[in-house]
Amino acid sequence: MAGYIAHRLLWSIPTLIVITIATFVIIQLPPGDYVTAYIAELVETGEVIDAETAAHIRHEFGLDRPMYEQFLTWIGGILLHGDFGLSLDWKLPVSELIWDRIGLTLLISMLSLLMTWAIAIPIGVYSATRQYSFLDHLFTVLGFLGRGIPDFLLALVLMWMGFLYFNFHVGGLFSPAYENAPWSFAKFGDLLSHLWVPVLVLSTGGAAGLLRIMRANMLEELGKPYVETAYAQGLSERQVVWRYPVRVALNPFISTVGWALPALISGDVITAVVLNLPTTGPLLLRSLQNQDMYLAGGFILILSVFTIIGTLLSDILLVLTDPRIRHS
Amino acid sequence: MSEQTLSDTAVEPAVEVKENSSYTAKPLTLMWWRFKKHKLALWSLGVIILLYLVAAFAGFLAPYDPFKHNRLHPFVPPQSIHLFSEDGTFQGPFVYGLKRQRDPETARLSFEEDTSKINRIRFFVEGDKYKFWGLVPTKLRLFGVEGRRNRIYILGTDKLGRDLFSRLVYGARVTLSVGLIGVFFSFVIGITLGSLAGLIGGTIDTVIQRMAELVRSIPTIPLWLGLAAALPVNWDPILVYLLITVILALIGWTNLARVVRGHFMTIRNQDFVLAARLSGASKTRIVTRHMLPSMTSYVIAAISLAIPEMILGETALSFLGLGLRPPVISWGVLLQDAQNLRSIALAPWLLIPGVAIVVTILAFNFLGDGLRDAADPYQK
Repeated sequence: MAGYIAHRLLWSIPTLIVITIATFVIIQLPPGDYVTAYIAELVETGEVIDAETAAHIRHEFGLDRPMYEQFLTWIGGILLHGDFGLSLDWKLPVSELIWDRIGLTLLISMLSLLMTWAIAIPIGVYSATRQYSFLDHLFTVLGFLGRGIPDFLLALVLMWMGFLYFNFHVGGLFSPAYENAPWSFAKFGDLLSHLWVPVLVLSTGGAAGLLRIMRANMLEELGKPYVETAYAQGLSERQVVWRYPVRVALNPFISTVGWALPALISGDVITAVVLNLPTTGPLLLRSLQNQDMYLAGGFILILSVFTIIGTLLSDILLVLTDPRIRHS
Repeated sequence: MSEQTLSDTAVEPAVEVKENSSYTAKPLTLMWWRFKKHKLALWSLGVIILLYLVAAFAGFLAPYDPFKHNRLHPFVPPQSIHLFSEDGTFQGPFVYGLKRQRDPETARLSFEEDTSKINRIRFFVEGDKYKFWGLVPTKLRLFGVEGRRNRIYILGTDKLGRDLFSRLVYGARVTLSVGLIGVFFSFVIGITLGSLAGLIGGTIDTVIQRMAELVRSIPTIPLWLGLAAALPVNWDPILVYLLITVILALIGWTNLARVVRGHFMTIRNQDFVLAARLSGASKTRIVTRHMLPSMTSYVIAAISLAIPEMILGETALSFLGLGLRPPVISWGVLLQDAQNLRSIALAPWLLIPGVAIVVTILAFNFLGDGLRDAADPYQK
């Protein structure tokens, strides 16, 4: 067991290295650099910058040095000092900009994951035990709909409904009054009252998929002899169902945590743009458009690292919970 | 059931014949029988064929040129089609004329039905010029209204007064083909790497597995955004379109590779492969003539589930403004107009392309489910 975990941990190191390099290459890919984008923006507003000033800015940011040198400086800073560099666009340290947002992204992703399970497990179990009942059909239809509607579209529709019927502005994570206020219980409550929209939007897609899996697994397990035996022993339906087949049917949930996480983080990025949430999405989008490479790189890197950790955890959990999986 | 067959076999030869035909039927026929039972999948197949037909005959089906502005008709709500006029006389299909109004307070334009004007719908009319399949210049459109200055907007118009229905129909060409082309690329990558991994195994398998894991462990949307941001704004739209599909494919191949690899692993040691090897078939021949055909159905099912992913990817990227850009028309580009609450509140019909996306994705998902169930006709 320990050997397996160690093996997995070791494997994640080359993965991380490749991801950092890939991240850096991706953010370097666009032709030109931040200064070109910056100048283009200035020209639009009517200002002109001569080549000398441009070269000066470039030198200041170290953009005139060869790529590998820039990469080494960047990664060295992160590894040695936890310094993600300077956001060229905001003229602020990257770490100052991103940790708050990444925290919120992770919070939303985690809540969505829990919500996904809270929806999928009970409904899946119900649908399987009451197969072809009215509610089963209803949930099937809803499940397929949930799978077919893209996150951002659902967010748009919710926003519109909220506006149309409740005159309630769905969007953002805080009311204007609390936006810049220091953390307090009131602000936390305000956060909760806004949080349900993105969490709902993000969890429907995943829940719809898992619900089908849960139902199929349960149907398979329910037909097995051990369930019959349990009934024969005189256990009530509730006891039989929740104690035995559910536990087996839960395996895919654990094994997909690792994939659910990147999907949720991805979903958060785009939903956040629509709902105007102060999470990673809007800032990442802007940094990519402006070629603010250290900021974009920092985001992609940290999000990827969290994903790798998530996958690792889910693999380990799966081995722990399912004795049938051999870890040789 | 088993009791019945025990007693019934002798007296019912009709059943016997049917059983026989299922013994001799070709795999493809068996699959078709199984697939037919999945009613939803069958309907979805119909919907998908219809969608692609719409895309293929976009020029004919769309009443107007999708790029043509109409200054006089911004944000016209969808017009409903009537059969009877106000006084109850049958008129054939028609729409009422448009009455422009300006709100005295907000100075905002709004449109109402002008029940005194009846614009009859005519079929096979002469409309805006277009080239049928890019070859034959023609003016023939499926429908339009009589009167040169009258218009029919069954799905309303956007802020520049362009007909949303025409744009939706034209957008289908791009959106639906992105799915196909993207899947083709990822299919090529996936099947090559997957079969290499499943066939050779060992180090190559490990390397390919790790690569797939790596791609999967990066959150897709940030990666898409990063790659898509690398495409210069001033490039030719066609080139951008192709590169977007390549980007989608570079990320989407892992699933296909996994399916192919898994299947190779299972059939590698099966009797028919062994038989082929013993009769001296070369390795290439075994793979291309025996192993790959045996998994076609699985691959097709995996493909039909991958297409909606690609379509979603394109839509999401274009919606964020990093994918296809106007003047290219795709459903994602159309949804850009509905990006903020203000425009949706003002013109909710701008969300209609979203409905088209949902229908397409659902249809592909159902089709994929049905194909997956039918993929192995020998399974019980």
